[in-house]
Amino acid sequence: MLEIKCPYCGKRSQNEFSYGGDANVKRPALGKEVSDKEWDNFVYLRKNPRGNHSELWHHVAGCRKWFKVSRDTLTHEIYNTEKLNEEF
Amino acid sequence: MQKYSIFSLIKNAFSNHENWEVAWKDPKPKKEYDVVIVGGGGHGLATAYYLAKEHKITNVAILEKGWIGGGNVGRNTTILRSNYMWDANGLFYEYGMKLWENLSQELNYNVMYSPRGIINLAHSDAQLNVYSRRGNSMRLNGIDAVMLSRDELKKMIPFADFSSSSRFPIFGGLMQPRGGTARHDAVAWGYARQADSMGVDIIQHCEVTGFDIRDGKIQGVQTSRGNIKTKKIGLCVAGSTSLLAEKLNIKLPIESHVLQACVSEPVKPFLDHVVTFGAGHFYCSQSDKGEMVMGGDLDGYNSYAQRGNLPTLQHVLSEGVAMFPNLSRLKMLRTWGGIMDMSMDGSPIIDKTHIEGVYLNCGWCYGGFKATPVSGWTFAHTIAQDRVHELNSKFRLDRFNTGHLIDEKGVGTKTWIG
Repeated sequence: MLEIKCPYCGKRSQNEFSYGGDANVKRPALGKEVSDKEWDNFVYLRKNPRGNHSELWHHVAGCRKWFKVSRDTLTHEIYNTEKLNEEF
Repeated sequence: MQKYSIFSLIKNAFSNHENWEVAWKDPKPKKEYDVVIVGGGGHGLATAYYLAKEHKITNVAILEKGWIGGGNVGRNTTILRSNYMWDANGLFYEYGMKLWENLSQELNYNVMYSPRGIINLAHSDAQLNVYSRRGNSMRLNGIDAVMLSRDELKKMIPFADFSSSSRFPIFGGLMQPRGGTARHDAVAWGYARQADSMGVDIIQHCEVTGFDIRDGKIQGVQTSRGNIKTKKIGLCVAGSTSLLAEKLNIKLPIESHVLQACVSEPVKPFLDHVVTFGAGHFYCSQSDKGEMVMGGDLDGYNSYAQRGNLPTLQHVLSEGVAMFPNLSRLKMLRTWGGIMDMSMDGSPIIDKTHIEGVYLNCGWCYGGFKATPVSGWTFAHTIAQDRVHELNSKFRLDRFNTGHLIDEKGVGTKTWIG
């Protein structure tokens, strides 16, 4: 069982959360010409590290806020959770 | 190579089974090979076997970080099927079914292929419609498919929940009679034994640490047991594909996720088929030892740990109990996890890469085991001929650029939802 510390509500069991994947995917800027390659990168390519992974989680059965988690994909240890900053 | 038969069994019984030949050797890596296969799982071993058998390329090494058959080929739920709707999948997996049917004879190794039939249960009229569409598509591709009514199913799987209080009543089902199971370990060992007998070097405990690339061509690999020269290299390392691809500067539309499976304590014969639940994601069959073999959803977050967590198992088994209420009385014997290459459209990639001599076999999602023979067969062709075979011509890496996805499940790029 993962215990995830929601930055708004505190530590809760993994049952309350849903996963949102790689937190560093950036949508190409609006109003700008986007090449097929850029779009392909945005839609399909993800970081897939063995070790520290920066990812999104949603406290779906709680405060319903999204936040960022830094977690080890080999040991499942959670190093840090933080609120999404403004530019995100 | 010693042939396995009833006579060799009797003969060896007289010497207390102490004089059997080793099934495969334990060679030291040579300086150079024509082809190096990275990954000694089912797909890697099958690839080496078909390289030797179909293409007469026998100067081949399989480099395995751990021991052969220790990864996903030993961690699956042993199901074989080709009940796909899209042509690309249907024709590919159906070719695989034909290889399965003769595999024990071909390998002289009993893989215990058991065509007991795979039944997908439908729990609404709408779902029955979808299944008939899929069944019709399958039959158009020459794949066996039969629609089953509720009454027929009552006779075939009497322990399923046919009560009036059922939350997801069974309306009917789609069955592929030739689908079934095979003994997973035997598949790896059978391929290993035959590949070894044709001259393939199976090198275990040998981790690939880097690649030697010059002028856009592969020259060799660096390993924990020294450098090996080669002009062609095939990656069959599902679960760890992204890590090796990164060393080659190839970015892939793949995430690694953990998938759990489990077996119960053994019980008397109870279920004659492979059955999947249509109102969730759960499937089960009964092994020859009597254990119920069960599986379902991914744990749902990126993972390289070959173990999962209990909430997912609880979720999956609650679906199992909804389907077969008497499963709730069984004790669990073992659970385990394997790392899946989850591709962004749910279909595999068997292709060349932009580096000359580097070939990719990855992205198998949940379905790698049943594809073992056909994956090896097409990948061997791709490596030997330096071009894709018609069967894997749709499983190319550039489909994500061109938009020709094979999204059989239609779940989009949230791989953990599928």
